[in-house]
Amino acid sequence: MSKTYYTDEHEWLKVDGDIATVGITNHAQEQLGDLVFVELPDVGATLEQGDDGVVVESVKAASDVYAPASGEVTEVNDALTADAAIVNASAESDGWLYKMKLSDTDQLNELLDLDGYKSLIS
Amino acid sequence: MKTTPFHALHIAANAKMGEFAGYDMPLFYSLGVMKEHLHTRDHAGLFDISHMDHVEISGADATKLISHLCPYHAADQALGTARYTYMLNSDAGIIDDLIVTRLDYDRFLIVANAGCADKDVAHIKQAAKAFEASVKILPRAFLALQGPKAEGVLSLHFDVSGMAFLDALEPAVGWFVSRSGYTGEDGFEIAMPPDQAVEFAEKLLSDERVEWIGLGARDSLRLEAGLPLYGQDLSEDIAPHEAGLIWAVPKDLREGGSFIGAASLATKISAGRKRMRIGLLPEGRPVRGGVELKNEAGDLIGQVTSGGFGPSLNGPMALALVDVAAADNEIFADIRGKLIPMTRTKTPFVPHNYKR
Repeated sequence: MSKTYYTDEHEWLKVDGDIATVGITNHAQEQLGDLVFVELPDVGATLEQGDDGVVVESVKAASDVYAPASGEVTEVNDALTADAAIVNASAESDGWLYKMKLSDTDQLNELLDLDGYKSLIS
Repeated sequence: MKTTPFHALHIAANAKMGEFAGYDMPLFYSLGVMKEHLHTRDHAGLFDISHMDHVEISGADATKLISHLCPYHAADQALGTARYTYMLNSDAGIIDDLIVTRLDYDRFLIVANAGCADKDVAHIKQAAKAFEASVKILPRAFLALQGPKAEGVLSLHFDVSGMAFLDALEPAVGWFVSRSGYTGEDGFEIAMPPDQAVEFAEKLLSDERVEWIGLGARDSLRLEAGLPLYGQDLSEDIAPHEAGLIWAVPKDLREGGSFIGAASLATKISAGRKRMRIGLLPEGRPVRGGVELKNEAGDLIGQVTSGGFGPSLNGPMALALVDVAAADNEIFADIRGKLIPMTRTKTPFVPHNYKR
């Protein structure tokens, strides 16, 4: 059974065993505005928690998306390369960024649950 | 943070606000940057530009003061016309680029960049000491109405049909209208007393052709139009001929004159420029201001000064300052070690649509 975590940097992680799907929250995409380009990490890349694994570019600005946990990238959402606006339309589902194999699931204990994230952005 | 007279209207229109030049300004509204940009190109976009300063120069020596501050012949400027120019420091670096409008024989209006207002006013007041001229900052709300429907919308309020690009008039006390803007589209800039501002904006917004447009689309529109932005594409370290702006200086003044920076400008022009501003089309992804540019051998040859995505261009674009010697060869942007090929192109990236 999967569980979804959130970070105070406005990312979500849906964790199933030691595999996490990572994306930015709907709140984050609202703040960024129309996205035109997403730079994804390479499959096989090792990310440490806090690394800038992804760059999302709106019409005006580029923003780093930090790795919410440490691990190895196992898959990236190639659909975003052709159409970054998928993140605007569906940030917490079809607009996922990459999947990673977590190297330290204890890191999840420091993250927020949905209620914690909601109170952060309210 | 300072606010403009339209602040409550922005909040009511669901604007995402952000700080710009000390003001709390709208970045984008419910439409979003992409649709706001395209709306301006197709219909009429309304911009709050009240963060810009209006400086009135008047008095017997007003033309002499303007001609001392800016490299052009202010005495020859036709009444009721605006002109693009800039102020130079003694090294011929650009202090700020400006629109100067001649309102009367001895009265001019300078519209200055928001981020430069304080240093501009200090510079102007210092220079004014040697002249019989007064320098006054006018309390004004300021709107831009831009796009192919701007004339039709504004005609319901003022007779603007006879105005050509850069014509200006004062339709009422405290009001000022010029056919100008910063989007590459036909359009107008309208200044008014702050206490009449909200009522006028609401009248414009009641027209279905008009939408509020935020600073995000203002930037993508001006970049598509190839218009440099002070603080990014222009600075005190960049001379006019490097920035591609020497066209704004009459030919005789390029060889010398009595304006501030004249001797240095003439020396620099005769020495030839080592750097130049060019337009670039990045391959596949936006490349932002500050990114370094390399040649095929990996040598540093310049940097991107403004970069972004053009919704009308439907692709990324950039303005850059590069070594003249490298400008005709292959150029790459270095994004954290990844080399992105850049194709040099003429600006504007999207054709201007001014009413001449």
